[in-house]
Amino acid sequence: MNLFEYQGKDLYKKYSINTPKSIYINSMSDLTENHDLNFPLVVKAQVQVGGRGKAGGIKLAKNKQELEEHINSILGMDIKGHKVQSLLIEEASEILSEYYISFTLDRSEKKYLMMLSSKGGMDIEEVAENSPEDLIKIHISPSLGLDSNMINQAIKDAKLNLDYIDELHEIIYKLYTLFTEGDCDLVEVNPLAITKQGVTALDSKVSLDMNAIYRHEEFIKYEEEIPIPESEKFAKSKGLNFIKLDGSVGIIGNGAGLVMSTLDVVAEHGGKAANFCDIGGGAKAETVTAALEVLESEKEVTSVLINIFGGITRCDLVAEGIVEATNGKELKWPLVVRLDGTNSKEGLEILSKNLNEKIIISESMDDAAKAAVKGSK
Amino acid sequence: MAVFIDEHTKVVVQGLTGREGKFHALRNRDYGTKVVAGTRPGKGGEEVEGIPIFNTVIDAVKETGANTAMTFVPPAFAMEAVLEAGEAGCDLIVCITEGIPAKDEARMYDLLKRNTTVKLLGPNCPGLISPGKSNVGIMPHEITKEGNVGVVSRSGTLTYQAVHELTRLQIGQSTCIGIGGDPVPGMSFIDVLEAFEKDEQTQAIVMIGEIGGSAEEEAAQYISKFVSKPVVSYIAGVTAPPGKKMGHAGAIVSGNMGTASAKIEALTNAGVNVVNNPTKIGQAIKELI
Repeated sequence: MNLFEYQGKDLYKKYSINTPKSIYINSMSDLTENHDLNFPLVVKAQVQVGGRGKAGGIKLAKNKQELEEHINSILGMDIKGHKVQSLLIEEASEILSEYYISFTLDRSEKKYLMMLSSKGGMDIEEVAENSPEDLIKIHISPSLGLDSNMINQAIKDAKLNLDYIDELHEIIYKLYTLFTEGDCDLVEVNPLAITKQGVTALDSKVSLDMNAIYRHEEFIKYEEEIPIPESEKFAKSKGLNFIKLDGSVGIIGNGAGLVMSTLDVVAEHGGKAANFCDIGGGAKAETVTAALEVLESEKEVTSVLINIFGGITRCDLVAEGIVEATNGKELKWPLVVRLDGTNSKEGLEILSKNLNEKIIISESMDDAAKAAVKGSK
Repeated sequence: MAVFIDEHTKVVVQGLTGREGKFHALRNRDYGTKVVAGTRPGKGGEEVEGIPIFNTVIDAVKETGANTAMTFVPPAFAMEAVLEAGEAGCDLIVCITEGIPAKDEARMYDLLKRNTTVKLLGPNCPGLISPGKSNVGIMPHEITKEGNVGVVSRSGTLTYQAVHELTRLQIGQSTCIGIGGDPVPGMSFIDVLEAFEKDEQTQAIVMIGEIGGSAEEEAAQYISKFVSKPVVSYIAGVTAPPGKKMGHAGAIVSGNMGTASAKIEALTNAGVNVVNNPTKIGQAIKELI
């Protein structure tokens, strides 16, 4: 789960990582008269999309009047389809140098990867492409960890200012600790700056590993603060993995791979999926009923495809869920059902006894996708 | 021959006393798998439907000669369980558990690699089946048929779909393996491809990938150098929008990395027949063998 900048910085503070003094606001009224920030201030749009600076989402305010102007202009602004709903207001830093640092998992090496560069404050992908020698990559054994010598060597190799080596060493180690103990998928600081106030994280890009939510109470708070579409929220409460997309064919399936593949096959036959919905392994009848309820509330949906290959999931339970959601109801759209695998015979029998006239049974995934696309038009 | 498991495989189930563990272990045993032991700390001496329970995997291995561990332990305790099975001297660990934090997976893999020679399949995988010989995991054996095609996949249900397409055309399988969709899987495509290439029973290979990571691209390089047997592949997620996590932790596209088209191109260049629809896998294999 990707965090907003202000949430990432909140985590930084927990790990004593220096960040500029700031306040976080949702509206002009959150800005109290006696905030103790010193001008000049930077007003930063809180959106999860790159390039907000160029889009006018970051502005410098030298005085109260400018601050209010910027707050008014940036709040509510649309940045690449993301509406700005909150702002981070920070004391501006006097920057001496800008660096880049990140920690992530290198999947092909199966090790942690630290990347460090003296070329901070710009698009790091461009640095990697145009001057790869300026981007230092250090692989870290997940069981042995990052030691002091590795950090010092990396600072030297990246040609950072050695006058600040102790401070840099300290902040790098703290960021690494946040990455590992904090169960982050990504910790990126760009720029990590040497300022008159010391070495400071001026920006934050943090992504959390939600599998570790059971050992981090704060993950729950961050999750609640991130806005998601209502349909996704409802689906989540029912144990569904639901992602809204922009087509018209509603998709329900079991297993991420099969559902992704169903999206593809629908596209191959000229349709476009309205969503991704995985009922998971071993789903009960209620889960299937809930999935259909979610789609009923989606205006864009004009046909629905249920594609199940039972393993742990039992097709008879899926069929019961479909019957529960459709029996005696006037369905808004054709519902194509394909059941295969564990207890599919029993499942098909349950459906045929309670057949809603809008239900179409398909024998194969391909035929099912074709029928759903046809039904959506 | 088949790969990794056969009729001689002896399985110890970690978490046999739990609901899922018991259900699948007994199903595996009914299929003919030698399920010789279960473990549960504090429950040593008890039994589940005639399968003896031990406190530790070390005890289970000593008493029963188990050489393969199947893990159904909840995420918070899975890392310890897998490391224990590694220390006990198992040859293969099949970790079914879903939802293990990535840091635990990375540490677990690193420690096993440093201290043991054990092979790890998973986590978050459906396990593997050598039809007619042994089933270790949660795959529905009804759809399999003994034969000569090796199947390897990152996705569970999509594996079933592929196996189903093969069996429907009367094409049997040597071993079907789900390596799991998590960020740090134990065995990779390459480990499995290497085993299929060496295996006499396997004559052709089906490899099912999905968006995210670079495992398919690495497999493509390996295939072009070391695999002489025909390979058919399918990649899921061609139409997935970038930046969205599609269920599997692994299935996320960032930038141009890990896109379906990059994977398809790499595999095609390696001489692999890439089909654009999972229902075409059976027919494609039929034409090759």
